[in-house]
Amino acid sequence: MSSQLTTQRVEPEPAESPRTSHARTWSAGFLAKLALLAVVDAFGVYVVLAAWNERSFGILWSMVALLAAANYVYFSKRALALKYILPGLAFLLVFQIYVVFYTGYVAFTNYGDGHNSTKEQAVEALLVQNERRVEGSESFPLVVVSDGGELGFAIVDADGDVEAGTADRPLAGVDDASVDDGVITAVPGFELVDRQGVLERQDEVTALRVPVSDDAEDGSIRTTDARTGYVYESVLVYDEAADTMTDTTTGVVYAPNDDGQFEAEDGSTLAVGWRVVVGFDNFVTAFGDARYAQPFVAILLWTFAFAILSVLTTFLLGLFLAITFNEDRLRGRRIYRTLMILPYALPPFLAALIWSGLLNRRFGFINEVLLGGAEIPWLTDPTLAKLAILGVNLWLGFPYMFLICTGALQAIPGDVLEAAQIDGAGRVRTWRSVVLPLLLVATAPLLISSFAFNFNNFTLVYMLTGGGPRFADASVPLGHTDILITMVYSISGIDGNAPRNYGLASALSIVIFVIVGTISAIAFRRTRSLEDIN
Amino acid sequence: MATQTATPSTRRAAPVRRGSFGRWAADLGWRHLVGVIFVVFAAFPLVYVVSASLAPGGTLTGSNALFAAVDSANYADLGATAFWTWFGNTMMIAVVTSLGTVLMGAAAAYAFSRFRFSGRRVGLTSLLVVQMFPQMLAFVAIFLLLLGLGNVVPALGLNSRVALICVYLGGALGVNTFLMYGFFNTVPKELDEAAKIDGATHAQIYWTIILRLVVPILAVVGLLSFISTFSEFIVARIVLQSESNWTLAVGLYSWVSSQLDANWGLFAAGAVISAIPVLVLFLFLQKYIVGGLTAGSVKG
Repeated sequence: MSSQLTTQRVEPEPAESPRTSHARTWSAGFLAKLALLAVVDAFGVYVVLAAWNERSFGILWSMVALLAAANYVYFSKRALALKYILPGLAFLLVFQIYVVFYTGYVAFTNYGDGHNSTKEQAVEALLVQNERRVEGSESFPLVVVSDGGELGFAIVDADGDVEAGTADRPLAGVDDASVDDGVITAVPGFELVDRQGVLERQDEVTALRVPVSDDAEDGSIRTTDARTGYVYESVLVYDEAADTMTDTTTGVVYAPNDDGQFEAEDGSTLAVGWRVVVGFDNFVTAFGDARYAQPFVAILLWTFAFAILSVLTTFLLGLFLAITFNEDRLRGRRIYRTLMILPYALPPFLAALIWSGLLNRRFGFINEVLLGGAEIPWLTDPTLAKLAILGVNLWLGFPYMFLICTGALQAIPGDVLEAAQIDGAGRVRTWRSVVLPLLLVATAPLLISSFAFNFNNFTLVYMLTGGGPRFADASVPLGHTDILITMVYSISGIDGNAPRNYGLASALSIVIFVIVGTISAIAFRRTRSLEDIN
Repeated sequence: MATQTATPSTRRAAPVRRGSFGRWAADLGWRHLVGVIFVVFAAFPLVYVVSASLAPGGTLTGSNALFAAVDSANYADLGATAFWTWFGNTMMIAVVTSLGTVLMGAAAAYAFSRFRFSGRRVGLTSLLVVQMFPQMLAFVAIFLLLLGLGNVVPALGLNSRVALICVYLGGALGVNTFLMYGFFNTVPKELDEAAKIDGATHAQIYWTIILRLVVPILAVVGLLSFISTFSEFIVARIVLQSESNWTLAVGLYSWVSSQLDANWGLFAAGAVISAIPVLVLFLFLQKYIVGGLTAGSVKG
């Protein structure tokens, strides 16, 4: 507290108490901090207000917490270390740690196509989707109108009054609209869409539904010809008290089940469901459902084979080259080295795409030029595709191993080798008993990270083969060269090529994490790279 | 040179200089042979793609005769596509991400290296654990998070380049903190203590003394971050949805995946241009990169 008294004095005093925080003097640094935090706070308040509008309370409270933390950390004298860590930590918390936990949560839900919203939204969607024209209902003269690009309908109701509305705004009476011989000719607040305009936006017009009132059960107006409107009502009725859906045409009653769907007594369900926690169902599906379990086992084995073989082949080739060029008398070493590093300097996605062209069955350079027109199906035969992937990864990966092996070899002190020589060890013996162990100790952590990297080497597989060739069982979009991460991508359906199944995809992500994490943890413990955290 | 060495080594009958030639071949000659073989292996796809980018016509078949004809039409045609937009997007995203990564990573590494506070050990260990869960594994959750954020702040939602940068910055602390942490530890503490005695504030010590001494590691981290952001595909593909926001990885993939044969010349020209920034940076700074890669491991 005593420091507060000294803050008023701006003149620099060498004898000033070392506990006085620079945060309390009006220095340039403090002003800069003030300005930065003002910007951050302004942004934060904007997000909080926007989140309030959207009723996104998760985002709202997270933002409040982050803001409070930021202001505390930068205006307090105590949280010195946090001042340096907080910016990175904030991003880490939101975009990495939260995301990891959310993946864990989604893994236990049935989030995906047919289950992608809350129950209220699912009920609403069901009511809307199951609308039918009310049998024998009267028809209304109708015109298509637009309000700043947004389409709507205007109708002449049973009393002869004009009502207008859009998809978001239920029908409401419009004063001063002019009707000429049963045809609406002007609606204040809207522009009439002419015949040509209707034809241009035909799909939108036929899909448009304008609610009759705020209550979804009153139905809505739709049209097929843009001249006459009919009242459509949902054949389903939601009973809030009993929490059931009733089909008014058949009288069947649907009650919610544990899977987040409305289910009738005979077991039939309504199409739209909602998200519920389903426990370990996704994991059971991955390991037990024949559609997924079989490919899953094949893919798991191939993923291991791919990761291990990739590390092994690149390491051996890199080591061989490192030994070859670890010779001072060799002229042009640097030129060889620079040229050989080229694949490592090329962005990997480009490498994979270039190789996919080189290995093309009919037009590729390898087949057409090097092999004289042999149409070898490098990327479309299961075995060859696997070889191709390993080969391309060897091309991509050996320079890295070459570099680190060279580094490790040069780091081995000369006196150790001399000592071995004096003890009478030959060249081979020195290699096996001295150089290799030292080299492995030095490179082991990098080999582990290389394994982890290749285990999830999405880019290479996706761009080279896309996981293909497909398995014979075509019910799931998976293939012989898919590794776990590309399997997750395909199953998630996030690119629209398959039904979305976020739950199962997240469950598989967790499985990958557990596998890679366990292996890395064991391996790292062995190599004791954790030692230098003191 | 290697072809010359290969022949004499096979027929050792030559009476004169036999010993010296044989020895030369056994000592150095075979190394040149290996060197040439692997230089060809390493470089031929690159030579091929340069040749394909210069081949008129631009089909895959037409690109197989290396340098049969040289024509810059493919490069000129890039102007009519979205290529330069993607190039600009990629550069912007990669530069901002690597700057942010360097600033955040260096600050965190400084704190871990210089201050002793409760939770420091736990913090370092958790960073190690967190980075075992790469962001790409969580792409579904990232997609859903941005979907939600976008409803509140459109600038941070799907199809926003800013959002993509934020996602990348989420991984800024992970591995980089360790790389920098080790380097910060090698800067003697006496330096900051001396500065403190002279009346420098923490911020002054950090910005004017420490950061200048650790420039090499900052360069390495910035560079590695630039390169990895430049080539990142899966998250960019999910986040960026409209063609004008795509990065090179997403855009060039779409060319090759849609019509391999027809777009090949364009793709090759695009690939050559895209490879240049990274290639040049890498070759100029390879000494530092290699040092940075091995620094962390060889020590342990």
